[in-house]
Amino acid sequence: MANNVHAQATSTAVLDVPVIAPGHDFETVTESVAQIPLARRTPLGWVFGFLIGLSLLMLLQVSLGYLVLKGIGIWGTNIPVGWAFPIVNFVWWIGIGHAGTLISAILMLFRQQWRMSISRFAEAMTIFAVACAAIFPVFHTGRPWLAAYWLFPYPNTMALWPQFRSPLIWDVFAVSTYATVSIVFWYVGLVPDLATMRDRAASLFKKRIFGMLSLGWRGSARHWHRYEVASLILAGLSTPLVLSVHTVVSFDFAVSVMPGWHATIFPPYFVAGAIYSGFAMVLTLAIPIRAAYNLEGLITMRHIDNMAKVMLATGLMVGYGYTMEAFFGWYSGSFYERAMMWNRMFGPYAWSYWMLISINIGLVQLLWLRRVRENTKLLFVMALVINLGMWLERFVIVVTTLARDFIPSSWGMYTPTRWDFATYFGTIGLFLTLFFLFIRFLPMIAMFEVRTLLPQAKVKAEHGH
Amino acid sequence: MKGTKDDMSAESLDIKVIRERLERAGGPQFWRSLESVADTPAFQEFLHREFPVNASEWTDPVGRRSFLKLMSASMALAGAAACTVQPTELIVPYVRQPEEIVPGKPLYFATAMTLGGVATGLLVESHMGRPTKVEGNSDHPGSLGATDLFAQGSVLSLYDPDRSQSLLQLGEIRPWSTFVTAVKSAISGQAPSKGAGLRILTETVASPTLAAQIQQVLAQYPEGKWIQWDALPRDNARAGARLAFGEDVEPLGDFAKADIVVSLDADFLASEGPANLRAARQFASRRRVEGTGDGLNRLYVAEAAYSVTGAKADHRLPMKSSEVEAFARALAARVGVSGVGGTAPSGREAGVEAIAADLAAHRGRGLVVVGDAQPPAVHALAHAMNEALGNVGQTVTYLPTPELVPSDQLADLRQLASDMDAGRVQVLMVLGESNAVLSAPADLNLADAMGKVPLRLHSGLFVDETAALCHWHVPAAHYLEAWSDARTIDGTVTIVQPLIQPLYGGKSAHEVVATLTDTPERSGYDLVREFWMAQPQGSAAPAAFETAWRRWLHDGLVAGTAQSPKMVAVAADLASRLPAGTAVAGVEVNFRRDPTVYDGRFANNGWLQETPKPMSKLTWDNAALVGPATAERLGVGNGDILAVRHDGRLLRVPAWISPGHAPDTVSISVGYGRSRAGRVGNGTGFNAYALRGSGSVWYGAAEAAPTGDDYQLVSTQDHWSIEGRNTLRSAHLEEFKANPTFAREMEHLKLDQGITLMPHHEYAGHKWGMAIDLNTCTGCGACMVACVAENNIPVVGKEQVATNREMHWLRVDRYYVGGLDNPDAYFQPVPCQQCENAPCEVVCPVAATVHSDEGLNDMVYNRCVGTRYCSNNCPYKVRRFNFLLYQDWTTPQFKLQRNPDVTVRSRGVMEKCTYCVQRINAARIQAKREEREIRDGEVVTACQAVCPTEAIVFGNLNDPNSRVAKLKAGPLNYAMLAELNIRPRTTYLAAVRNPNAALPSPPGVGGHEAATGHDTASEH
Repeated sequence: MANNVHAQATSTAVLDVPVIAPGHDFETVTESVAQIPLARRTPLGWVFGFLIGLSLLMLLQVSLGYLVLKGIGIWGTNIPVGWAFPIVNFVWWIGIGHAGTLISAILMLFRQQWRMSISRFAEAMTIFAVACAAIFPVFHTGRPWLAAYWLFPYPNTMALWPQFRSPLIWDVFAVSTYATVSIVFWYVGLVPDLATMRDRAASLFKKRIFGMLSLGWRGSARHWHRYEVASLILAGLSTPLVLSVHTVVSFDFAVSVMPGWHATIFPPYFVAGAIYSGFAMVLTLAIPIRAAYNLEGLITMRHIDNMAKVMLATGLMVGYGYTMEAFFGWYSGSFYERAMMWNRMFGPYAWSYWMLISINIGLVQLLWLRRVRENTKLLFVMALVINLGMWLERFVIVVTTLARDFIPSSWGMYTPTRWDFATYFGTIGLFLTLFFLFIRFLPMIAMFEVRTLLPQAKVKAEHGH
Repeated sequence: MKGTKDDMSAESLDIKVIRERLERAGGPQFWRSLESVADTPAFQEFLHREFPVNASEWTDPVGRRSFLKLMSASMALAGAAACTVQPTELIVPYVRQPEEIVPGKPLYFATAMTLGGVATGLLVESHMGRPTKVEGNSDHPGSLGATDLFAQGSVLSLYDPDRSQSLLQLGEIRPWSTFVTAVKSAISGQAPSKGAGLRILTETVASPTLAAQIQQVLAQYPEGKWIQWDALPRDNARAGARLAFGEDVEPLGDFAKADIVVSLDADFLASEGPANLRAARQFASRRRVEGTGDGLNRLYVAEAAYSVTGAKADHRLPMKSSEVEAFARALAARVGVSGVGGTAPSGREAGVEAIAADLAAHRGRGLVVVGDAQPPAVHALAHAMNEALGNVGQTVTYLPTPELVPSDQLADLRQLASDMDAGRVQVLMVLGESNAVLSAPADLNLADAMGKVPLRLHSGLFVDETAALCHWHVPAAHYLEAWSDARTIDGTVTIVQPLIQPLYGGKSAHEVVATLTDTPERSGYDLVREFWMAQPQGSAAPAAFETAWRRWLHDGLVAGTAQSPKMVAVAADLASRLPAGTAVAGVEVNFRRDPTVYDGRFANNGWLQETPKPMSKLTWDNAALVGPATAERLGVGNGDILAVRHDGRLLRVPAWISPGHAPDTVSISVGYGRSRAGRVGNGTGFNAYALRGSGSVWYGAAEAAPTGDDYQLVSTQDHWSIEGRNTLRSAHLEEFKANPTFAREMEHLKLDQGITLMPHHEYAGHKWGMAIDLNTCTGCGACMVACVAENNIPVVGKEQVATNREMHWLRVDRYYVGGLDNPDAYFQPVPCQQCENAPCEVVCPVAATVHSDEGLNDMVYNRCVGTRYCSNNCPYKVRRFNFLLYQDWTTPQFKLQRNPDVTVRSRGVMEKCTYCVQRINAARIQAKREEREIRDGEVVTACQAVCPTEAIVFGNLNDPNSRVAKLKAGPLNYAMLAELNIRPRTTYLAAVRNPNAALPSPPGVGGHEAATGHDTASEH
């Protein structure tokens, strides 16, 4: 531990912006984070944002209720476009859900200490995004009341297993494993901070609640030792999952025979896209939050800059993916692959392709500029646009391929209905609602981890161990 | 997510651009529709420009949802109306088990359906007393085992909850006895005047019993009159025969013997023509290419609107209907009909020369046929040509007319109108479905004239436009409910036997006509039997008659009723007596029978409404079909409303651009735009009858102008295009002879079928497969309706079709090849291809679609959760999804109709063609019981059974001697998308055309560019 922190401290020194702003000590770090959930008065801004989220969540309830009553015919999905908004949204949310675990697991293993300030809420974002994502594959089926459990392998009177060759079954395992590990990882990471909250809570009720949630954490050396081991194990478990989930999601497409789907590049290209969109979402959330809760000292420009760089790097990978898709379309010599690429570029949905290209290949290049990376307002807008761009990527993949495949007589356009949009915005409402609840009731930054980044921690560490 | 909404509305179809694109592209090109070539976003989104997609559930006035709601509501009301305490009913087994009934096993009964005065012999499947499905009677000369789509759809009409359900007097329910009394007093009032005020208006009567009954009434009331009226009468053909021969005869072509067929505006293969099933079967026998393809016939078609016969033509000559006469005269002159002269319409001289030379080179083996739309002179000219070419007795024979009493229907109707108008009619009895008030030429003002008749009686299946103007309405019995008899094209009579008691207490025409006689309360059964006892085929001796009668019922025909050919000769002075036709100078409007709703009588039939028209692929509407050049000139695109003016009348009707349609011609099918069709048919389409005058029953001069309004027309297969694909393949006969395996060489990638990690599955027993012959398929669509009837496929309604959610398991794709103004057309039926390496199977997460041990791609509805992954991964896109609860689960009548052997699917499950697995299983059970193998040809799928041209062949691929195995071994066999290594079980036999080298014709198709990897998509 000591060497790590030491290494971290030295490397920090060579950068102009520190991970934690100067002037913070243990107390200020703890206070600035813990006071948010413990505050008596709910900020008006929070109420406002929460109500927006909640009203969209109501919209989700209405649209899903109507969906179950009427059938998925209320959406624009048709034959040939049998998957449309729901799967686009599913892949989009799952992609967003990648940043959290990447930050807490992979960056942890790589000992990127800057991750500590953002890991907590990035993980929360992951869990909420996966929750939003999970809605779609269940509800987009014709009979969600059966799909909800028939896709799981459980002993049943029908003596039937799921069909293990189907990528959708792999999805079930990949996503449910990912969700489980993410939740456990997040919760384990919360335990020391929950204890802090318990200790700082003024009212008996809060003490009780945080007390129960902190599982009797006393901060003993044994506790810390077990905590470190557990989080290392969980990080080790999560790391392959980060890569596997979107790889498996990409198999939904790559395993098919459809032109534009049947491509070996899909797994890495999807994972890069997922990290790209995940970081865009973390930025989308981090920039307003640090401003609203005066956390600029903990989520510094160093974090913003790093995240922008990750976005740039993964954005370039995604751009490479697009280029290779087009190249393979031509180089394959397959008539249908070529026709598919041509259709994407110049067909009826060409607008979506060119929007996608201009965002994910064009706009993202701005991140090369330090001035852009340091302009949080611009970066916030860019992150939003990149989220849209990644949504469009999935739209292009799902819809353009299906709308025009092999036999011209079966081609058909897909037009979303108001219920498609309602369901999509509804899941955004679910996400916002959960996220607002999270920032109001739980410490959104890992206080104990951030404290280790302080110079005081370094000194103590050198003496103590 | 339509970001280009503005572009869409701004952009319309630019014919010039399309034409240029097609010309520039060069070489063989496939294009599905004009929009597909133009590739306008406007078209791509046209479906949604009027309705937001999900508005359909709420706003569709004619579609399925309201259809269902209204239907269930009406049934509930019907129940409430009969609100008496029902006695407790106990279900007890038969005390005496009826002979032959085995629960779960269907029985088949021979009967016949009459349409347009000609009967089609049928075998009707009955499940425990419920007729569920119609098949053709292979012993019947008018059917030869096939049926058309109308016969298939007629089962639904039987159960139609909108059928009239009670006897009405001015809207009040009355008992039958009151009606009989009323008729009796009215008819007795006619006795003094010998029936001068009595008129009986029927459809063309093909029932000997009914004709005899009416004649008996007329014998008693000799001043009374009997008027036969069909909306599209065959007056021209009759007049033509009288002109040529001086008597009424029906020419019966033998297409099996004809090497050269010249069709002058005759759609003899499909909706038009009295014996299209027979003609199609015979014609197909000469289009089947096995081996070298010697003996392939050649078909020339001169017509205005692109018909399915035109699509099968080796040379199609688009021309106005009014130009066909000049064409016929020129042709007659060239083939040596004495005294006839004339010049061909401009641009058709070469065609006349080539056809004449071809006919002359095939003396006695040619055949000239004429459509009902053509004036008598053209019919007479055809008779003269056939005689001059020595075809009479070879390819054409002359028979007495199938209708018992041929008449000039239009003249009779005109007389009736004037009689009624003058107050000379006191009692008018209207029978049948010809719906004269709607279908009479508009200038006769039949409705007004009818108002002057003191007593108007009507009997029909529906309270239609005519019934609404009558004092009395008697619900008619459907042909599946009542006893009758009917004559077919060659005179053969079938006894029409009922399969079920009248559902709504209907009375047959025999029973209604009997009320005019002294013995009013006679049952149809007695009337028909009495008539036949008196006939030479029958017998007065009860025992002998009973034997004969049972034989007739069993066989579906009365032995010895076929007419023998008449020896007739064309009058020598014919040329001098030919009336000269009138040329139409400007725009010509054509009125044609609708390919799916006939003359409007099937407007309330959801199956037929949803069946796409063979050429336009429109559903739920008719339209003004116009050629591309005319559309360009008028400045209209698909769905733009045209104001068509004819003879002072105006019809606003949306345009639909039909490639190959004759220039300056507008074709509108009749039977739409009805107000009293029922809840399904009301408000669909546009009423062409309102435009039609007595001088223009088939065509006339008109003006057409755009109005600036538009209307949402829905077509099932005009959405998209990429050209140059090889999914459909064809060649000219010469090319085929030079290279018999051309179709196989059109493969994109020649795959080694063995490329697999796992060994191929060995099928020990049966291995089912299908071959579809693109040479013989006429695209008529009967297979689609048969599939719907057999497999309980729901009707979804116009708005759902607009969002590409039609449920047809089998679709018939139509492709154009060549230029815009005169392209060739091809049809390709596409059911599930039952792939061996089925891409749908591996992706289903719940194993709801699995491979059977006989190679079928089975769908397990109960297991399906509806991920639709299988459909996405299906390269043929033949899977259909129940996006909403499409099936009607509430209307009791429809429950009766369903095939009990096929699951009724619910909302949220995928479905698709099963190769009629229920029929396979039935045959397997039968074979097992008889301890034998299933014979080749024993399993017949619904689409195969109905096909008039036997284009679909199904059987066991493990049996090298099975017909399907032999066809698949032939040179023309190819698999669609074989390069995907999915190994489809359904394969196609490539089309071979036989054009005349003297005339230009588009090249064969099959993606020559595609085969070389050239991307034609980029050119469009």
